[in-house]
Amino acid sequence: MSLLLLALALLLCGALLPLCLRGRPGAPARAGTYAAAAAALAGLSGALPVLLSGEPATVSFPWSVPLGSFSLVLDPLAAFFLVPLFLLTGLGAVYGAGYLKAYEGRKDPALPWAAFNLLTAAMLLVFTASNAVLFLLGWELMAAASFLLVLFEHEKEQARKAGFIYLAAGGAGALLLMAMFALLGAGAPSMDFSSFSPPAGGTASAVFLLALAGFGLKAGFIPLHVWLPEAHPAAPSHVSAVMSGVMIKTGVYGLIRVLAFLRPWPEWWGWLLLGLGLVSCLGGALFALAQHELKRVLAYSSIENVGIILLALGLGVVAAACGADRLASLAFAGALLHVFNHALFKGLLFMGAGAVLHAAGTGELEALGGLSKRMPAAAALFLAGSAAACALPPLNGFAGEFLVYIGAFRALNAPGPVAIAGAAAGLTLATAGALAAAAFARAYGVAFLGEPRTERAAGAHAPGGLMAGPMWILAVLCLGSGLLAPLLLGPLAFAVGSGFGPYYGFLGGLEAMAPFLYVSAGGFALLGIVAIAAAKRRAFLGGREPAVAGTWDCGYAAPSARMQYGASSFAQPLTDFFQPLLRKIGRYPVISEYFPAKASFSLEAQAVFYNSVYMPAAARLRDLAFRFSWLQHGRLQIYILYIVVTLIGLLLWKL
Amino acid sequence: MNTFAELIIVVVILLDMALAVTGSLSGCIRLVAVQGVVAGLLPLLAGGGAAHGVRALIFPVAIVTLKGVVFPWLLLRARDRSGARKDVEPLISYPASILLCLGAFIASSWLGSRLPLPETNVAWIVPASLATIFTGFLLITTRTKAITQVLGYLVIENGIYIFGLALFVEQPMLVELAILLDVFVAVFVMGIAIFHISREFDHIDTAELSELSDWRSGEYGK
Repeated sequence: MSLLLLALALLLCGALLPLCLRGRPGAPARAGTYAAAAAALAGLSGALPVLLSGEPATVSFPWSVPLGSFSLVLDPLAAFFLVPLFLLTGLGAVYGAGYLKAYEGRKDPALPWAAFNLLTAAMLLVFTASNAVLFLLGWELMAAASFLLVLFEHEKEQARKAGFIYLAAGGAGALLLMAMFALLGAGAPSMDFSSFSPPAGGTASAVFLLALAGFGLKAGFIPLHVWLPEAHPAAPSHVSAVMSGVMIKTGVYGLIRVLAFLRPWPEWWGWLLLGLGLVSCLGGALFALAQHELKRVLAYSSIENVGIILLALGLGVVAAACGADRLASLAFAGALLHVFNHALFKGLLFMGAGAVLHAAGTGELEALGGLSKRMPAAAALFLAGSAAACALPPLNGFAGEFLVYIGAFRALNAPGPVAIAGAAAGLTLATAGALAAAAFARAYGVAFLGEPRTERAAGAHAPGGLMAGPMWILAVLCLGSGLLAPLLLGPLAFAVGSGFGPYYGFLGGLEAMAPFLYVSAGGFALLGIVAIAAAKRRAFLGGREPAVAGTWDCGYAAPSARMQYGASSFAQPLTDFFQPLLRKIGRYPVISEYFPAKASFSLEAQAVFYNSVYMPAAARLRDLAFRFSWLQHGRLQIYILYIVVTLIGLLLWKL
Repeated sequence: MNTFAELIIVVVILLDMALAVTGSLSGCIRLVAVQGVVAGLLPLLAGGGAAHGVRALIFPVAIVTLKGVVFPWLLLRARDRSGARKDVEPLISYPASILLCLGAFIASSWLGSRLPLPETNVAWIVPASLATIFTGFLLITTRTKAITQVLGYLVIENGIYIFGLALFVEQPMLVELAILLDVFVAVFVMGIAIFHISREFDHIDTAELSELSDWRSGEYGK
């Protein structure tokens, strides 16, 4: 625990120092990076022992804030979320030191570094706070710090729009959470989590729904995801990695904590979670397929993965409500494991996308191409991340989903509702997996394979050591946690136990053992096959050099980069099929002559929910607000009159 | 003794009425000063012969000096320097003001009987203090000049002071000092603000500050 406090102190120093060292060139970035890296080491060495031993630690300080107490609890569930937090922020800081170099002279580095460390500190508070006031403080700090980072390139209209949407979503979520804590703490002597007494009946459902909406706005499942595809691309890439890998998981974490508190669960909660998970799983994968910007593809993939986690939680809750505890424990273990795995591979992917942005200056898929020849290592790392995101063995994305699959298939033998839930979960996972595979094949293929479509892509260069190093480490971790999945069994069982109850933890550990062994054995077998194939190829070539030619050369006399499959054309068959959902705006060429000379084709992805749900709602709200604009007339006297009338009204009301 | 205190209460109420109808700015400043001095004398007379130390004597003296000498001097100086018109420029007519003031007094009488307060040995002290607070609000909300806002603030402070006397036999000095310090700082800040308003806009009419509102009618909505 003391190591965790040390990490917190280091992070706060890391937030202040860059601002103090503003004048000296290079100093803010150095201070920010070293503080973040040191805090990550301290935090990891504080969290790992708890995860391995299962022994929680607590610390509490007096705090003069009304209703608040500065009490932190580091139990295995918190530690399970802290490990990816410190992994990603530590590696992200090193990566960021390289990434932000490109902005030297154009951007003041002090504020991004201060905000980055503040964001980490706030997330540390969120994961460990055991008092509602402290939790909300961390929650709001997290939103504020990440808002500053989303506005990193505030000179761009897109970034300002993203920042505004993000701020609105964060504010709404915090309000819902305040309402939730008010409900929970209504009869309690203090706002410490330990003093809350579990509500029953309607109140419990109200708390659950408020938590689902409030935490959901951060977790970003559909339909509460609108900020996510805007904010993630706008932030610098190492921040996107942290935001997508860890920050949206604070929503999942909060939901798990509230769920654990509100037992026993009614069955319909599980169905609601399952339904939301199903929608965001499929929707996220589908929308990812239609995006034209690399980081937006990844952002929608994050929505898909949060959907997977939610789906697993829902399956678990339905199973637990129907008494199928072994299934429930398996689903919970799958949900938590996927939280960890997603953090690793999505961090890797966002860093890879950052390397592309850094090298080619753009993330627009239609402007890229041929990058694997210019930055082979980064391309291979991105491919590894993509494979993990598509849940392909032997990488880690497979392990978590495999647990959910096993749970879903076992559920088919269970009584009525659980079987339906299992079938829904299994089918959804399979469909979403296929769509995600298509989306990543498209993103990787268009960006890295073929020939460069623009000069900028042609002039791309490999990322420097500061950027490549963290990506290598993450890739090794992705592979390692896939191959050596059985090693994760103990920590996972502890985390499930502290999150959902010791009984589930024990069962989860027991149930997950066999699947983990399969994953591991299968992974090693696959690696063996690949190694044999590589050796065979080598022997077959016998020292001869394979000929190299341009991709899509196909014997054309004058091939052009524009003759390749583009991002739109690759996805067209699938996106046409889902057109009613995607509502893409397309311009197709109309061929009317025998020798058509010039034609162009474009497809534009729409933010469907944003345009057809949130914008109309916001417009209506604005109209309503404008009806009261006569209240804001700028007359000081009348403003004071408002205050007087309110005060007298309050006095009379209390009389 | 208490008859004398009750006389002072009557004077305070009459001063409230007078403030509501006085059109001259300097007249208003003087009336507020007189009210402050009278209110400052009240604890000396309402104490009912209880033993007072030097401490209890110094404090009213400080209040009388501030409210009777320092504030009027600052405010009169502000009035002269700003070169504004010499009347208070009310937003509503003087008859309406006095009617509102009377209404406030009636409401305060009713409120005073309803509030769960300890018994006081001076009649009418709670209604008078509430009426004074309301009069202060009246000055703030219905007069346009910045200087009348300061005056309204001072009247409110007088009301709070008398209300405090009604509650405590002997004022906790620290509380009173804190309030007084607040007011002193506020008068200073407002004095500076008045100068700035008059320098930037050539007048001290706060209603014109609505020019600064980011919400112009006609631009949106309407």
